[in-house]
Amino acid sequence: MSEVTLPAYRTISAVVPYNVRERITRLMVDCSAAIDNDALEEWPDFFLEKCLYMVISRSNYEAGRRAGFIYCDNRNMLIDRIRSLRSANVYQPHLYRHILSVPRILSAQREMVKTETSFAVIRTSLPDGAMMVFSAGRYLDEIFLEGASARFRSRIAVTDSDTIDMLLAIPI
Amino acid sequence: MHSFASAVRNTLDLSIYRGLKMTQAVATRPVQEVLHWPGQGFTHVPMQVFIDPEIYSWEQDLIFRGPTWHFLGLEIEAPRPNDFFTSAIGDTPIIVVRTANGSFNALVNRCVHKGATICYRPSGSCERFTCPYHNWIYDHSGELLSVAFEKGLRGEHGEHLGGMPADFDKSRHRLTRLRVETIAGLIFASFSEAAPPLEDYLGPIMTGHIRRTLHGRPKILARYRQVMHNNWKLYAENARDNYHPSLLHAFFSTFKLNRLSAEGGVRQDARSWHHIVFAKKHTDHGAAEYSSGMIRAQKDDFGLKDPTLISSWLEFEDEITNSIETIFPTFTLQQILNSIGTRQLVPLGPDKSELVWTLIGFEEDTEEQAYMRLKQSNLVGPAGLVSMEDGIIGNFVQRGIKGDLDATAIVLMGGHDVGSAPTRATETSVRGFWMVYRELMHV
Repeated sequence: MSEVTLPAYRTISAVVPYNVRERITRLMVDCSAAIDNDALEEWPDFFLEKCLYMVISRSNYEAGRRAGFIYCDNRNMLIDRIRSLRSANVYQPHLYRHILSVPRILSAQREMVKTETSFAVIRTSLPDGAMMVFSAGRYLDEIFLEGASARFRSRIAVTDSDTIDMLLAIPI
Repeated sequence: MHSFASAVRNTLDLSIYRGLKMTQAVATRPVQEVLHWPGQGFTHVPMQVFIDPEIYSWEQDLIFRGPTWHFLGLEIEAPRPNDFFTSAIGDTPIIVVRTANGSFNALVNRCVHKGATICYRPSGSCERFTCPYHNWIYDHSGELLSVAFEKGLRGEHGEHLGGMPADFDKSRHRLTRLRVETIAGLIFASFSEAAPPLEDYLGPIMTGHIRRTLHGRPKILARYRQVMHNNWKLYAENARDNYHPSLLHAFFSTFKLNRLSAEGGVRQDARSWHHIVFAKKHTDHGAAEYSSGMIRAQKDDFGLKDPTLISSWLEFEDEITNSIETIFPTFTLQQILNSIGTRQLVPLGPDKSELVWTLIGFEEDTEEQAYMRLKQSNLVGPAGLVSMEDGIIGNFVQRGIKGDLDATAIVLMGGHDVGSAPTRATETSVRGFWMVYRELMHV
């Protein structure tokens, strides 16, 4: 199965050079902006070709399970999911707004940095405009630094709640 | 007046003691005055049943506490003696506990004192249940063992101060205990002594299919919940509706997983209470309706960039690749390729309900099989590429019908009758659901 090891919890975060933190921050906000601004076709580009993307609830994650709401272990699966949303799936139109915390750097070894970042996703239903806190949780990320940029080798969105309201169409 | 009050009290005492029948106090009118069914059959459904709070109240009594069995969870959720988990039947919160001899008890999760929820954690392990409010203590069979300060406090001169009256009899108060039976690692419970034993309730076709689907030592791959903003019966219909999948769920049809043209059909038990909708992918040779381009589901250029998403193996000798088994009223056992799971439907009011999903694998699975089940987990659940529409379609109906309580839904596909059918272009299972519903609701 996946070779990706999951980051362990550390209370004290690691110290990294400013330019490393800068690249990580850009990756975080650009990725969320692609989702929130409905540029979903760009979203897979924030991941390495061989990658892991999961959305899993906290209780499942802590029980050591791997199956959750979404399990993708390569970038093609991310592309397929977006194509499916655009072409096949039926759902009430809606928007996300991601609110992110400052990333905590858990560890940094050469090109690989592990981080933990809190998120809240507010979902706005269209056209009625009803808003709700759709999901809150943390991203556990493994970020590969390549030159001036950075991409996800692994992104696990651990949702605090086991419950999804109606459906989870757009990725978190 | 006095005799009436004592009659009510006697009824209540009896109900607590026996614990198997309660009266729904919210509904004040006979259900026949609330709900008028159009015609004799099951082909037209009054939309009112999806909206009316009085009907919802009657359902708690006549369906959920009626002669029915309800899925509560898996045996492996309470693997050792003293392990418990919480569940629900309709609006009623339930505790499931494994006793010292390994069997299961199901109790209403409500202290007899003030009605507080006793087990407020989703699962745990304990030798006794202690209500957090006033520390009333129960054993695993629901018997009230201890009442805090039952004899009051000792005063300065050794006298009892306060406490329960001398005629208070603990043995006359207990947690309501349900009938419990298990099949293939699934725990079912019933409030009613009128329900036949579980395997008779299910019948041989349903029991056989449950055992066939849960063929190994189960393990939980994932557990999550999905809130739907629709009446619970709109989902109950949806799960029995084999007319919609290839039309609503375009992802499915595109990859020839579940077209109506594939060999498949509907199997029901002798009473048409329970239903299996099934298909065999390998027999799908296409049909003119799909090729004509008239159906939205058809998109020939829609190839997966990662086809291993639907990598699967033929797990069952019957060559069925997709089956949805629905047990009246609220249990669903799914097999989508190799994605096996249970769905427990819990009503949350007239216009809200919840699905509790448990994805299941087996200890016997090879690493490759476990990996295929993991990838196929993307097909189901609230983010399921195949099934996500089911989380919203009931809400589309709920929104559509709210302006006109006199409207009726049409359930005519495949005729007027219930019973097994050799095709999936039928709503026979939906009619079966309404047949049982009318019978149990006495309308």
